[in-house]
Amino acid sequence: MKEHVYDCTYLSEEDFETEQVLFETWVPQARYAWDAGIAIGRYLAELKAGRLVGVHCPSCGRILVPPRMFCQDCFVSTDGFVPLQDTGTVITFSICHIRWDMVRLEHPLIPAVIAIDGASPGMGILHLLGEVDPKAVRIGMRVQAVWKPPEEREGAITDIRYFKPLE
Amino acid sequence: MLREVAIVGAGWSGFRSISPDLSYKEMMYEAAVRAYEDAGIDPRRDVDSFVTVAEDFMEGTSIFDEYTPDQLGGALRPNHTITGDGIHGLAAAVMQILTGQFDLVVVEAHSKASNVLTFPHILAYAMDPVYNRPLAFHPYAIAGMEMRRYLAETATPLEACARVVVKNRANALFNPLAAHGANISVEAVLGSDMVAEPLTRLQCADHADGAIVLVVADGATARALTDRPIWIRGIGWANDTHTLESRPWGEASYAYLAAQMAYRTAGIKSPRAEIDFAEIDDTFAYKELQHLEALGFCRPGEAGLWTLEGGTEINGEFPVNPSGGSLGMGHLLDGSGLARVLEVIFQLRGEAGRHQVKDAEVGMAFAWRGVPTTSGAAVILSN
Ligand SMILES: [Zn+2]
Repeated sequence: MKEHVYDCTYLSEEDFETEQVLFETWVPQARYAWDAGIAIGRYLAELKAGRLVGVHCPSCGRILVPPRMFCQDCFVSTDGFVPLQDTGTVITFSICHIRWDMVRLEHPLIPAVIAIDGASPGMGILHLLGEVDPKAVRIGMRVQAVWKPPEEREGAITDIRYFKPLE
Repeated sequence: MLREVAIVGAGWSGFRSISPDLSYKEMMYEAAVRAYEDAGIDPRRDVDSFVTVAEDFMEGTSIFDEYTPDQLGGALRPNHTITGDGIHGLAAAVMQILTGQFDLVVVEAHSKASNVLTFPHILAYAMDPVYNRPLAFHPYAIAGMEMRRYLAETATPLEACARVVVKNRANALFNPLAAHGANISVEAVLGSDMVAEPLTRLQCADHADGAIVLVVADGATARALTDRPIWIRGIGWANDTHTLESRPWGEASYAYLAAQMAYRTAGIKSPRAEIDFAEIDDTFAYKELQHLEALGFCRPGEAGLWTLEGGTEINGEFPVNPSGGSLGMGHLLDGSGLARVLEVIFQLRGEAGRHQVKDAEVGMAFAWRGVPTTSGAAVILSN
């Protein structure tokens, strides 16, 4: 084989590790500030106040959550905000052993879609379950929001820490 | 074309420098409600397909096409999103109708430019990462280099570029939708901060937020819906090479080719004689002049003099950007082309109010995707 190899300087492992060969690298600086508008703005303000709200569709009569200014089924403007309970029922869930950036988790996260009491059937919000043995979670489980204390809330979906089983 | 195609409804939301009161979904919804009311249709029942135009980097959300259906009435229906200008989206809608499988197609494009906090970084990310980006100049210098070459090749005076700004921002004062109407002087334009020589600050269009929705139909559907359809006579698009090292710097070949494709479809031999007015890209002031020549409305070197003589003003021989263009209305990112189309529709319907062009029967809209692209799209409309 030796006679088929040209005399040259070989690439070293270090060349790859220090990114000296094969590629260019750039770190993007992409920052955005999404205008919340009417529906999301009100939803976040209510979260800060420790409440969940939905909106009413005058056409199909459904209570939609999270709020939006239009019903996507009827294509009409929703006509008002409706207070909801902070309790609900698990529609579906997973037990997730990896974080968004692929780090394996010692304590898995339990993302769940929770149909909120006071909203129309099938209308849920996506959140996490907590204070529960992952093996004990079931579809149809009744749960309630665990809120951050008022002084820690900032008008974000994380103003609810998680939902826990309702006794 | 194999089938007649017409625009039967148009709606908008905006256009303003900032829009904190509306989320992008609410902005799109407002534009869609207007368009469907204008067309007299129910999107949940009547529309066969939805085409949206969006660029993930501008939205701040990857796979942005997931987020477009609901606010257009398009949930559970055929949807697709393209990256391009709004006129590329209109071309996609026209092609769908030409297949015979779709009779009524909705096109949407929008801008939430005010939400992109690191806009220069996003723009710089459009540069080739190996050959160009490491040089670290602002991409507007590409416009500066192109402008210098264009002015040199055509002996166009700087004052002509400034007159484009003066004209378009004054036109915008008559347009209630425009964000940047103003009375300014040639001296103020040329004396404003230097961005990338010879390009000054006031020769660059400022951004605006807004959304545009159009309803497009085949001939039979259009006639059933309205007695004043706006006919799409021809549509074309073209790209030149992306390389900054070997593109033709003085002329806009992409505009020439896009227009030729549209003229071929429309059967237009003499654009200046057969078209009454145009809404064409003016992201940078010199671009209006360069595009006027590439689109065949005058010969190379004539656009500047024509502008200085007032020939392209609202009451001139050939009105250009009576809406105020991007300089006057605000640049809507990839919504810019549909803003041009929207104005052509208003003009052809005689609904343009104080910026109405006399005897408007045939109009052109032309879009360019901005630096560093050579991506253009043209459409010819008639009443
Ligand atoms: Zn409804």
